[in-house]
Amino acid sequence: MSTPATATVPMDSPPRTGTLRILSMLWADKLPFAAALFLLVIVACATFGPWLLFEVADDTNLRLRNAPPFNMEQGFAYILGGDALGRPLLPRIVVAAQNTMMIAGGAVLASFLIGGTLGLIAGYVGRWTGEVIMRLADVIMSFPSLLLAVIVLYMLDASITNLILVLAITRIPIYLRTTRAKVLEVRERMFVQAATMMGASHLRIVVRHILPVILPTLLTIATLDFAFVMLAESALSFLGIGIQAPEITWGLMVSQGRQYLTNAWWLAFWPGLAIILTTMSLNLLSSWMRVALNPTQRWRLETSATSKGGKSNG
Amino acid sequence: MADHLLEVRNLSVRFHTAQGVVNAVNGISWHLDKGETLAILGESGSGKSVSASAIMNLIDMPPGEITCGEILFDGIDLLKASVEDRRRLNGKRIAMIFQHPLSHLNPVYPVGWQIAETAMAHGRGKAEAYDRALALMERVGIPNARAAMAKYPHQFSGGQRQRLMIAMALVLKPEILIADEPTTALDVTVQAEVLSLLEELKAETGMGLLMITHDLGVVAEAADRAVVMERGRIVETGTPHELYYNPQHPYTRKLLAAAPGKGEMRSTPAAAAPILRVQDLRKSYGGFQALKGATFDLHAGETLAVVGESGSGKSTIARLILRLEEATAGCVLWQGDDLLTKSPRQMARVRRQLQMVFQDPTQSLNPHMSVFQIISEGWAIHRDIVPKVQWKARVAELLQQVGLEPGHALRVPHQFSGGQRQRIAIARALALEPEVIICDEAVSALDVAIQKQVIDLLGELRNRLGIAFIFIAHDLPLVGDFADRVLVMQAGEIVEQGTVRQIFDAPQQAYTQRLLFAGLDADPDIHATRRSARLAMARG
Repeated sequence: MSTPATATVPMDSPPRTGTLRILSMLWADKLPFAAALFLLVIVACATFGPWLLFEVADDTNLRLRNAPPFNMEQGFAYILGGDALGRPLLPRIVVAAQNTMMIAGGAVLASFLIGGTLGLIAGYVGRWTGEVIMRLADVIMSFPSLLLAVIVLYMLDASITNLILVLAITRIPIYLRTTRAKVLEVRERMFVQAATMMGASHLRIVVRHILPVILPTLLTIATLDFAFVMLAESALSFLGIGIQAPEITWGLMVSQGRQYLTNAWWLAFWPGLAIILTTMSLNLLSSWMRVALNPTQRWRLETSATSKGGKSNG
Repeated sequence: MADHLLEVRNLSVRFHTAQGVVNAVNGISWHLDKGETLAILGESGSGKSVSASAIMNLIDMPPGEITCGEILFDGIDLLKASVEDRRRLNGKRIAMIFQHPLSHLNPVYPVGWQIAETAMAHGRGKAEAYDRALALMERVGIPNARAAMAKYPHQFSGGQRQRLMIAMALVLKPEILIADEPTTALDVTVQAEVLSLLEELKAETGMGLLMITHDLGVVAEAADRAVVMERGRIVETGTPHELYYNPQHPYTRKLLAAAPGKGEMRSTPAAAAPILRVQDLRKSYGGFQALKGATFDLHAGETLAVVGESGSGKSTIARLILRLEEATAGCVLWQGDDLLTKSPRQMARVRRQLQMVFQDPTQSLNPHMSVFQIISEGWAIHRDIVPKVQWKARVAELLQQVGLEPGHALRVPHQFSGGQRQRIAIARALALEPEVIICDEAVSALDVAIQKQVIDLLGELRNRLGIAFIFIAHDLPLVGDFADRVLVMQAGEIVEQGTVRQIFDAPQQAYTQRLLFAGLDADPDIHATRRSARLAMARG
């Protein structure tokens, strides 16, 4: 049954240019806006943190071992307290952002690109090529990912590159299977047939017609996966086969602080909070993006952007 | 004015949407008596379904809101009754059937169980419920009813599914049956059968039948009285006869004028050379033969209609010619070359000359592309048609040609109505300057008035640009004033072909006659004669 609501589709004012429009939509939705702001801060930390603060972060001061937080006597660096070797926590978190982001970002990007491409091929080409790709994905999936990581990292040295590689491989099937399933569905849609009718090449059909439809889904998965990879990295670091000291990541900081949880909770709490806030921001932003990237749903955000003080349409 | 079976008084419903408040219906009143069929006629968005939803308590609140009015049934105002009371009424005394029976039948249960379940839910014993289900399935004309009870919904045809829905609705002997577009998804011949079944059942049980439809033909065929709705208001009420011969409101007149089948039939133009020759085209899926050897010619500038019920293979022909699917055998000669043996690369070059307009523009236009991108895409593929600097001007020109504004180019498809979307699809086909356009049920999903506009547009383009059309349709009246020649298809075979006049005035095959008689005309008097002809055929 059609409600009349669907019959009256808005004919909006002439559209502004892409980026500006997206930004004004983001400004209107406070929560995703805050998330985006937080992520910008994290990215800034990751980029400039080690360059500015590495000296401070690595400065051991045994008198300040497990120094409690919110104590300004030791200077601003110790506002979040000190760790087991008396190093200030805040600068360490800032510095660790780089490794954490690099590993998680690198692994997600690599698995996203490889998995997405293979999924597109498997879904679009089909037949035995698709079968081979799918069985490969099954092999990866049937192997416990942590065990794979342990074996590989035990044999190779535990560098950041290898860590990214291992984490990427274990996450490939997620993108691969999702992409393939979506492609199988989208390629049967009428507008893809209409493009075939016009004589469009396979490349054109994939890039112009199939990819835009499945990209929002993949991006949503990628942001969710970002959090997962961060946690997986900390698990590996915890086992001692991930990042090695003096390199630091948030995951490593959490695992190092674990033994002091009863008397110095802040050692594990602050890096843990950083992980939680980052993943939450990513999730918020990704669910907002899913709507913003879909032209048939975008009006929900646009109407709230144009009406002053409009509420969010989560 | 008491003692109506059901009475709606001054009902107003509005919906709160992101664009503000939409008044779906505005102070409408109507009533339904025992043993009467009332049709609510309107286009999509006219609010014709809203009052039925209000009766069945199907309006989501929010965003919906019933602002005023009352619905009187058996002395109770339904809008003031408790949820519990209304649930006891729904299904038991007021039942409803829908447009798409498949989506309202649960695919994982046998149909016999589903019908019996309704009875059991209202406190009948199991054996009694199953007996009733069996009796009803026999009554609605399901062949071999006892065995059919154990079958699942997907094992029935569309018409049978609608019969099952009717059986399910009748389990508890309702006093009112609400039918929301009950035959829209069905073939014409099946449509006529389902409508006459409803009428028989109404006569047997004395229930009131509320029929919601956009089809003037359905009103003429089945209704005792009709209410015409436009934009949430009732503009006119009367018997189908009064409405047809003496329409008072301009909107009713507009609807009637748009009904197909009243224009002059086209006289066949002088035979030009055939540009497309289809010879013994076949397609089988496994052991099933979808197309059993089709042979026909298409001449330059000619409009060839392909008519048949669903499953007759008419869409298969289009898909085979355009190589959306590979044919099993046969050949398609386009300007002397066989299309079916061309390599994909050669085929891509030929495609610009053969374009297609699909049934549902919502699905055939990429929702992520702007109108400009959609129309200009063909030029990006075939670079010699329009140089890039002229794209903008040419898109504007094409949009004007199909009756849209050049300023629409930057919008995305969902910002348009169904009819406008189909115009965009036509503009996209025209952009490639094709010689043949294949329309696969291109207007079937549109409202009558819009259907007429699109048909007029196609006719104008045909006259101006000399494009040949293959027009696939299930609706014979529509074809009557648009096509030059007609192919009639049944079960994968062409059973009859000829000029429109030959097919309409002197159909040779019984199947063609049946299609003609089953087609619903807006004129109630024509219906009476056709109905008797149909009865005579059924007896003979």
